[in-house]
Amino acid sequence: MAKKKKKVDIDTVKVKKNNRKITASRGGNICIFLFLCITGIFMIFPIYYAVIQSFKPIEELFVFPPKLYVLNPTGKNYSDMMKVATSLWVPLSRYIFNSLYVSLVVTVCNVFVCCCAAFVLSKCKFPGNKFINKIIVTALLFTSSATWIIQFLVMATIGIIDSYWALILPSIATPLGLFLMRQSMSTIHDSMIEAAKVDGAGLFRICWQVVVPNQKPAIMTLIIFAFQDAWNKQSGTIIYSEELKTLPTIMQQIAATGIARQGVTFATSVILMLPPLIVFLVAQSNVMETMANSGIKD
Amino acid sequence: MAKNAALDVEVPMNKQSKLKYTLHMMAVNKSCYFMMLPFMILFIIFTVIPVIITLPLAFTNFNMAQFPEWTGLSNFYTLFLNDDVFMTAIQNTLVFAVFTGPFSYILSFILAWLINEMHPVLKTFFTFVFYAPSMTTSAYVIWQLLLSGDSKGYINAILIDLGFLNSPNQWLTDTKFIMGVCIIVQLWISMGAGFLSLRAGFQNIDKSMYEAGAIEGIKNRWQELFLITVPSMGPQLLFAAVLQISASFTVGTVSQNLVGLPSTDYAAHTIMNHATDYGWIRYEMGYASAICLVLFIVMLLVNKLITWALSKYVD
Repeated sequence: MAKKKKKVDIDTVKVKKNNRKITASRGGNICIFLFLCITGIFMIFPIYYAVIQSFKPIEELFVFPPKLYVLNPTGKNYSDMMKVATSLWVPLSRYIFNSLYVSLVVTVCNVFVCCCAAFVLSKCKFPGNKFINKIIVTALLFTSSATWIIQFLVMATIGIIDSYWALILPSIATPLGLFLMRQSMSTIHDSMIEAAKVDGAGLFRICWQVVVPNQKPAIMTLIIFAFQDAWNKQSGTIIYSEELKTLPTIMQQIAATGIARQGVTFATSVILMLPPLIVFLVAQSNVMETMANSGIKD
Repeated sequence: MAKNAALDVEVPMNKQSKLKYTLHMMAVNKSCYFMMLPFMILFIIFTVIPVIITLPLAFTNFNMAQFPEWTGLSNFYTLFLNDDVFMTAIQNTLVFAVFTGPFSYILSFILAWLINEMHPVLKTFFTFVFYAPSMTTSAYVIWQLLLSGDSKGYINAILIDLGFLNSPNQWLTDTKFIMGVCIIVQLWISMGAGFLSLRAGFQNIDKSMYEAGAIEGIKNRWQELFLITVPSMGPQLLFAAVLQISASFTVGTVSQNLVGLPSTDYAAHTIMNHATDYGWIRYEMGYASAICLVLFIVMLLVNKLITWALSKYVD
């Protein structure tokens, strides 16, 4: 075996054949594509259907058998939704503002706090480092969906129930975000940090001017998670004041008004889907453009 | 004092000088602690403390109005000996975890792997398609419509048309189907954070590894997967596994939204539903804490198991 290998001149080994990788057979590629398409249809169909339904006029909504396309698309469901929304005691714009405000603050704070902590945990040696790392890994299990009942008690004790703080503070320091950033930062080469240190940069500057600019994929992923988590958060149990409630809570109330409002229900769910989708698409395209290459290799 | 401690580094240390050295290192690395401070404060208040106070609260009777009253093990006696619903809940949660956990873990890995080699545009497209369901918490409405129980419910209608069914199935209320339906919808929304991190992991693999592999004589994509890709993805694999455990054991929102709380005959009642029931509806926080505590212990044990299984790929 070893002898055989020696005879092969390394230069003649083709890594790519006909512009595709030697390890990928054509039949395999076709099978993979079919598999992806079928799974993809299962995943996207309900969402596609919700969008279609939201544009159907009432006479098409209840047609049987149901159609997968719209004959006369209409914005009536959306204008109906706005009608319902304006008849609320608090104007709809207030709920939209609440949701956007909370989601943006959470996202920015989450990225900032997690980057700072992750940089120190992955690149500095100090007493307690290993211990904290262990705790974070364990804490990944205890997401807010597992602890939220007891979390409520804590929030009630420190008196932040029924304020923006109750929506913002618990979502900032996520073990998930820290872990994600730490994993990604630990691949950065030590010599880059040493070089910055020699140039006289403090930890904070190294973190934000040297390390973070090289972490775009991870940061984009973190932004997706943080925004989507904050956006979808139900405020029902921790917010009582009507003017502090967020969009999903209100949308659920609108949607829960029965079958006659089916079109409106779908319109609301489409509206709710949009912001996380937009954030996701923007963040994703950025990840694609700038795959980080730190430029240092041994 | 700092200077002395610094000099002590080379000589073998007794306990006292070790402490001194640690203190010295802490002083030198002050800025590290400052950098972590904001995270740690919020993390301790909203994650560590809730988990820790579950432990004492589980042994009390606490209705949120009066001071907790110590009741010893009575919560746990009730839980394991007198609470039939809890037994159903444990059973359901395990079924959920066994079906959704490994399956969606493997599926996210395979999907992330398959889309990794594609053209960037297709890659973004498929990532979007697979990830979209987990972004849309409002999507239950659609499933309710698809699965509605009369003969005009879409899935019923299709199955009757094709001759598989004679009469409509009550997908959301018949105890035979509730569990299956919830598992499918749970799978549908489960391509979340784990999927994205695996996908990022695939992108981070050094391309020269594959070239080296091709030169060394790797023939097909399976060899490439098991010899190059999997060993270099250890951290992401573990990360996705931990997220998956957490997600599969705390399932509850899907069944709560889809089939109601409580579901017919508690057919899809999970541990988390049970805790919500006692914590939010009956305000028996002591009992709810006991339920959460049991859940935490189960999750920790499974986590240990998975970490042990993946340990050869990490570090």
